[in-house]
Amino acid sequence: METTAIKQYTFKDFASDQEVRWCPGCDDYVILRSMQKALPEMGVKKEDVVFISGIGCSSRFPYYMDTYGMHGIHGRAPAIATGVKLANPNLSVWVITGDGDSLAIGGNHFIHVLRRNIDLNIILFNNEIYGLTKGQFSPTSLVGQKTKSSPYGNTQPPFSPGELALGAGARFFARVGGNTPKEMTTIFIESEKFKGTALVEILQNCVIFNDGCFTQYTDKAVREDKQLYVEHGKPMIFGKERDKGLVLNKLKLEVVTIGENGVTQEDILVHDAKDSDPTLHQMLVRLDYPLITGIIRSFDDITLGEREDDLTAAVKFNSKFKKTNDLFFSGETYEVK
Amino acid sequence: MNVENKIAKNTKGQIEVLEAVVIRFVGDSGDGMQLTGTQFSDTSAMFGNDVATFPNYPAEIRAPQGSLYGVSGFQVHIGSMEINTPGDDVDLLVAMNPAGLKTNLYAVKPGHTIIVDTDSFTKKNLEKAQYKTNPLEDGSLANYRIIEVGMTTLTKEALKNVDGLDNKSITRSKNMFALGMVYWMYHRAREHTIDFINKKFKSKPEIIEANTKVLNAGYYFAETLELIPNAYTIVPAKMAPGTYRIIMGNAATAWGFLAAAEKSGLELFLGSYPITPATDILHELVKHKHFGVKAFQAEDEIAGISSAIGAAFAGDLAITTTSGPGLALKGEALGLAMMIELPLVVVNVQRGGPSTGLPTKTEQSDLLQAMYGRNGESPVIVIAASTPSNCFNFAYEASKLALEHMTPVILLTDGYIANGSAPWKIKTVDEMPEIRNNKVSEIKENFHPYDRDQKSLARNWAIPGTPGLEHRVGGLEKDKVTGNVSYVPENHEYMTKIRAEKIKRVQNYIPEIASEFAQKGDLLVVGWGGTYGSLYTAVKQLNDDGFTNIGYAHFNYINPLPKNTEDLFKKFKKIIVCELNNGQFVNVLRIHFNGFEFLQHNKIQGLPFSNSELTEKFKQLVSVSE
Ligand code: SF4
Repeated sequence: METTAIKQYTFKDFASDQEVRWCPGCDDYVILRSMQKALPEMGVKKEDVVFISGIGCSSRFPYYMDTYGMHGIHGRAPAIATGVKLANPNLSVWVITGDGDSLAIGGNHFIHVLRRNIDLNIILFNNEIYGLTKGQFSPTSLVGQKTKSSPYGNTQPPFSPGELALGAGARFFARVGGNTPKEMTTIFIESEKFKGTALVEILQNCVIFNDGCFTQYTDKAVREDKQLYVEHGKPMIFGKERDKGLVLNKLKLEVVTIGENGVTQEDILVHDAKDSDPTLHQMLVRLDYPLITGIIRSFDDITLGEREDDLTAAVKFNSKFKKTNDLFFSGETYEVK
Repeated sequence: MNVENKIAKNTKGQIEVLEAVVIRFVGDSGDGMQLTGTQFSDTSAMFGNDVATFPNYPAEIRAPQGSLYGVSGFQVHIGSMEINTPGDDVDLLVAMNPAGLKTNLYAVKPGHTIIVDTDSFTKKNLEKAQYKTNPLEDGSLANYRIIEVGMTTLTKEALKNVDGLDNKSITRSKNMFALGMVYWMYHRAREHTIDFINKKFKSKPEIIEANTKVLNAGYYFAETLELIPNAYTIVPAKMAPGTYRIIMGNAATAWGFLAAAEKSGLELFLGSYPITPATDILHELVKHKHFGVKAFQAEDEIAGISSAIGAAFAGDLAITTTSGPGLALKGEALGLAMMIELPLVVVNVQRGGPSTGLPTKTEQSDLLQAMYGRNGESPVIVIAASTPSNCFNFAYEASKLALEHMTPVILLTDGYIANGSAPWKIKTVDEMPEIRNNKVSEIKENFHPYDRDQKSLARNWAIPGTPGLEHRVGGLEKDKVTGNVSYVPENHEYMTKIRAEKIKRVQNYIPEIASEFAQKGDLLVVGWGGTYGSLYTAVKQLNDDGFTNIGYAHFNYINPLPKNTEDLFKKFKKIIVCELNNGQFVNVLRIHFNGFEFLQHNKIQGLPFSNSELTEKFKQLVSVSE
């Protein structure tokens, strides 16, 4: 294929000349660097990469990438990206969004882009807070969370982005901690490979307005015990000692210890990300111990672009209209002498 | 104008030759009136008449049968002369039920003809139409020429030997009986409609047989009916030679975009969300995948325009179509397209507002929204089509201006011209003007996305996929040279002014405004958009009647206005601005030209201007000055 002709890039090729302006210590830096590292591994030409964002801290991302990019308007990045991709299917199109951008003001576009399965990658920076407007609760903030707009505690129960996405028909969903660049890079590469809408939720720490919101899962000291990084085809085992695993007990997932109560490694569920049935993926997404990270769902399905291409090819083949004149002079016309 | 005035002198035998006639078919939503009217107008156009039509249907999809608000109508104006409007006074009303008669009688002048289906004047239907007594019996129609026909009975009679028809199919074909009668009255051939029936019901031979039989039955019934004293005919109109077809405004708009895409060599992208009365443009464009049209029905109005912005960024000829409320939703995204300076066409098929307003009625009340309905200083080009067939030209022109000036363009049409139809002398893409675009394809030293053409100020269009031109755009203010985000105060002022200046300079690329009829004089009638037909007809009539001191200027270019606008205004003593709103264009003119007194004539009834209201108003103004 033409991938052979692609120049070997390094991460520097993808860094723009703009000074990065996020707060020092923000996970956004990790995400940016992981993306810049992932892109040279993807076999795409730099000029074919497009980043589209909405509004919010995360949405400054395109300015820092030396690719084509558009900083759009609040919540609408999936719709803009859809237009970009439909206009030119050769492009590698990335949506950069946050929890407020995609789940509040842009909720409608978010669910519809997933439903259609157009070949885009959506990177959702979830920090459970509004950062750019300085600290209001977001649709992923917890009940009781004190923020600038909920001084006595938030009364609005949150969305789980993964649950919402799977409910909307997402074929690809991955979750990753904002402080694990290696995993993040891998997931970015996989999401680009995936044909369809790939959604990656990043548990992104906002050091200023919601510091430590994911620490209980992402802190280095507890990470291995609290997170289960799933991989397709591998048993779902976690823990520092690699001795904990998931089994299905009736209709619930249960954590068991290998070696206790006669449980062996063979009893542990093997992750099937490619299953068309999302039931188990939904259960994994809902789990809070362990918190599931990695590619939870990756079901290969026909994309919107493929459906459109097939239809267009068929219509073109069968049509007698090659030029507009064929249409304009078709059917009922009459002559005036 | 009444029938008598229209009868030309060369009456021969029983056939009276008319210059023009207005026919309105009305009935229940299920009576097939739109089809009947369309058939009559198409047949007349093929005969060589000029035609203009106007459908009038209820907002409810299936209103209760026989109800006043469920009445569906279709008006046809045909003539041997130039026809510019669907006409005011109805010469012949065909009323299929009491509700249709009740809601449309106002349009028929005393002395004119009404055909009614007496079978539908049942007690129940009269009650539904809120008639206390039967108007066919109580003498209230004494001033009209009423032709009573038991159409339902006659239709049943005609079909008694046709097998395989249920009762519903039988009664539903009675519109063909009415059409047959009217065909005979106006000496129209039935072939076109018979062809149509054969094509439409290809797989249902019994329906073909039924409709054809009933059409013929109506035709022969009229022939033998002594109640019709005269037959009328309309001779072909004098129109420029060429190949014509009848086209609806919305279809013409869609085709204008197809032509622009072909001429410019770009692919056409439509992002749209269904809304009355704009949806037919979407319906039309989704059919044309064979031309590579990408028509995307989005999840909402905002996604419609946003996807179009994405497609424009990626190098397509991108458009979005909507009506008033949808334009309000698109406002923020339109500001983004203006800020990024991307080519984008937004079609607003105006309807009665505000809010949900009158979705199926016409109005011109989105002009100020189009001009100013965005946050910040955000000028865009605004143009307006003025007839069903020139929707083609202005859709083409909107595309050309957007691409050549790298800016959003709002194209205003309205429900009246969008749903109206008229003959269109078919244009080929070859005869349309060139469309350039600002794409940069090769790697330039020091490429900057906001480098501008010195004359037009249009910026570069570097599209994704082009090596070496990677750049970022966005809604934040950008540096005048590099295009990077800039908060520098002077830069913001500079950029605001250059965006405005870019739109102003479009004046150098659009035609000047001219007056039709008087070039200078006592009164200049000013209109814009879809009122062309009404205003032209009124001014022409006055000129024919000797009021040669009246001129008429119709604006298709609203922002920017034609360069010579002020010069033209200076040539007239009085200026009257006529609009189907509460005075919007007039206020735009007041902002630009404060040395003039602009009189107004406004109508906000969801209806077009009538000829008489205009001629009376204009006459008053010129006689006062004398
Ligand atoms: S406010 Fe929070 S999310 Fe935004 S840049 Fe600062 S640390 Fe990051």
